[in-house]
Amino acid sequence: MLGFTLSEEQESLKETVRKFVEKEIKPVAAKYDQLNEFPHDVIKMAWETGLMNIAVPAKFGGLGFGVVEDVILNEELGAGCLGMTTSISVNTLGSYPILLFGTDEQIQEHIGPLLEAPKLAAFCLTEPGSGSDAGSMSTIAKDMGDHWLVNGSKMWITNAGHADLFSVFATTDKALRAKGTVCLAVNAKSEGISLGKHEDKMGQRCSDTRSITFENVKVPKKNQIGKVGEGFKIAMSTLDRTRAPIAAGAVGAARAALEHSIRYSKERKQFGQPIANFQGLQFMMADMATKIEAGRLMCLNAGWLLDQGKLEQGSLAASHAKRWSADMAMEVATDAVQIFGGYGYTKEYPVEKIMRDVKLVQIYEGTSQIQRVVIARHLLK
Amino acid sequence: MLFVLVKQVPDTETKIRIKGDKSGIETNDIKWIINPYDEFAIEEALKTKDKVKAPAVTVVTLGPDRAVEALRTALAMGVDNAIHVKTEGETDTFTAGKALAEVLKKEGAQVVFAGKQAIDDDQAATFGYVAEFLNWPSVSVVAKIEWDASGTSLKAEREVEGGTRFIVQSSVPVLLAVDKGINTPRYASLPGIMKAKKKEIKTYSLADLGLSAGSAKVKESDYLPPPDRAPGKKLTGDAATQARELVKLLREEAKVI
Repeated sequence: MLGFTLSEEQESLKETVRKFVEKEIKPVAAKYDQLNEFPHDVIKMAWETGLMNIAVPAKFGGLGFGVVEDVILNEELGAGCLGMTTSISVNTLGSYPILLFGTDEQIQEHIGPLLEAPKLAAFCLTEPGSGSDAGSMSTIAKDMGDHWLVNGSKMWITNAGHADLFSVFATTDKALRAKGTVCLAVNAKSEGISLGKHEDKMGQRCSDTRSITFENVKVPKKNQIGKVGEGFKIAMSTLDRTRAPIAAGAVGAARAALEHSIRYSKERKQFGQPIANFQGLQFMMADMATKIEAGRLMCLNAGWLLDQGKLEQGSLAASHAKRWSADMAMEVATDAVQIFGGYGYTKEYPVEKIMRDVKLVQIYEGTSQIQRVVIARHLLK
Repeated sequence: MLFVLVKQVPDTETKIRIKGDKSGIETNDIKWIINPYDEFAIEEALKTKDKVKAPAVTVVTLGPDRAVEALRTALAMGVDNAIHVKTEGETDTFTAGKALAEVLKKEGAQVVFAGKQAIDDDQAATFGYVAEFLNWPSVSVVAKIEWDASGTSLKAEREVEGGTRFIVQSSVPVLLAVDKGINTPRYASLPGIMKAKKKEIKTYSLADLGLSAGSAKVKESDYLPPPDRAPGKKLTGDAATQARELVKLLREEAKVI
């Protein structure tokens, strides 16, 4: 059986987020981009509207939504501002390690507070010297009997400056690579943690991205998530579930770029008529629409597979979806700037921001090249 | 007991098309929403509930099966109970007003909030009928409400021409038809949506209320699209020529000078 109809609940989710984006995100997206500032007020409202922490199971007081709902949420948010999308969605990314591998007590202790107040979580995997090769991490966790002692640094950590909870991945023995890794739920205010500055990025400028340094940070043993040696596995299981939603953010951004293009091409006149009359532009926009449609279906498909518990298929489908949607959104945003011509190249119009914002989707949470590595590995196994 | 009247209307961005036989508008493919003025009414009811410590807010709508969606949205915003007066086909404002008044009577309503008008046909009539049939006072185009501590009397402010305000004092029972800007309606939150799904909706038919489609006092005959607007005229030439031409047109064509 094949069906692509959203449930009534999913439709209302989409409606609510769309409304939220129209009222709260779109009017301030350009402002925060230019200020390079974290949108505290929007994040707080997103939390109040229930747009954060959607994956927390009902038994812990959450909504218990799956990946399909996360995909729907992220497409809508992405159509407003990809930087805010990242800030809002990283709570789910930072929570999954604990939701998937933590005990009930650990979930209650670390995730509970995220539901009670607009608090943020961050996912701390990448390091200055370890990006695509995540298994080569060098942040060290030393076993001190009743606690772990953490030393090292993390890089490009979203929400780092405003988070209360860090899901940190560290190695207990670098020689073991991935098999020596451990996941720790770390109180972001712990002694020994210092933060870098809010990075001055090309795009997604409002999302808070920083480096984190750990200097003799004591983490109680009870904050260890899963077993020693499972850190890498926990990170990958998390990313399997967030990859399609991240891709969906790009689909949303591409959709916004197309919507702007349609509107502008009907208004802009050259050679005595709206430029939308020219088949050259019509074909560009038709191709944009087809690519977006493909991206959306790939994201929903990956989400559906994961929600059905078909994890291996779902993981691969999510790689397809992320690779396609990120690259596609970059192409669509570039074409949108082209349709706007000189105006599109200025900050007076919204499409250049989309182009800068979507570039990051080709890079974070597994570059487009790493997605191809995953896909090729599957083809050749 | 606090009640809110809502109506489901086509989304403000709907492109309205008229049926071939002129009997109404094409309703396939229309996205339905809660009348935007009614969202202010819902918000005001929810705020009032907190302020006067009322036990619950009940939302009432009259319409076909699809109108249940409007009730679900209101429930997701935080309203406690929902009532659906089920109708088929068109219902005139007289019948709607009478039916809603009957429901409010049966349910023991004390304070009723409504939007000042529905944006579909802009008649701004139903709330007036309701108040009349209940023999209650009503205040329309309400911009601000101040309750006394006991929640039994209030001052309602209405905007009048020239930016001044007109203050009406009333005691309950009362019907308040609110204007936009009285508050900022909250969103249907995601947890609210999940909860709303499980809530039961009470249903009445027109017959339950002693009415029928035949109760209508008004019958709509034809729907017509607004006439096409004539294209504007663009004047050319230097400023002096354009000014002369403009004066000529204003005098001879527009006949305003």
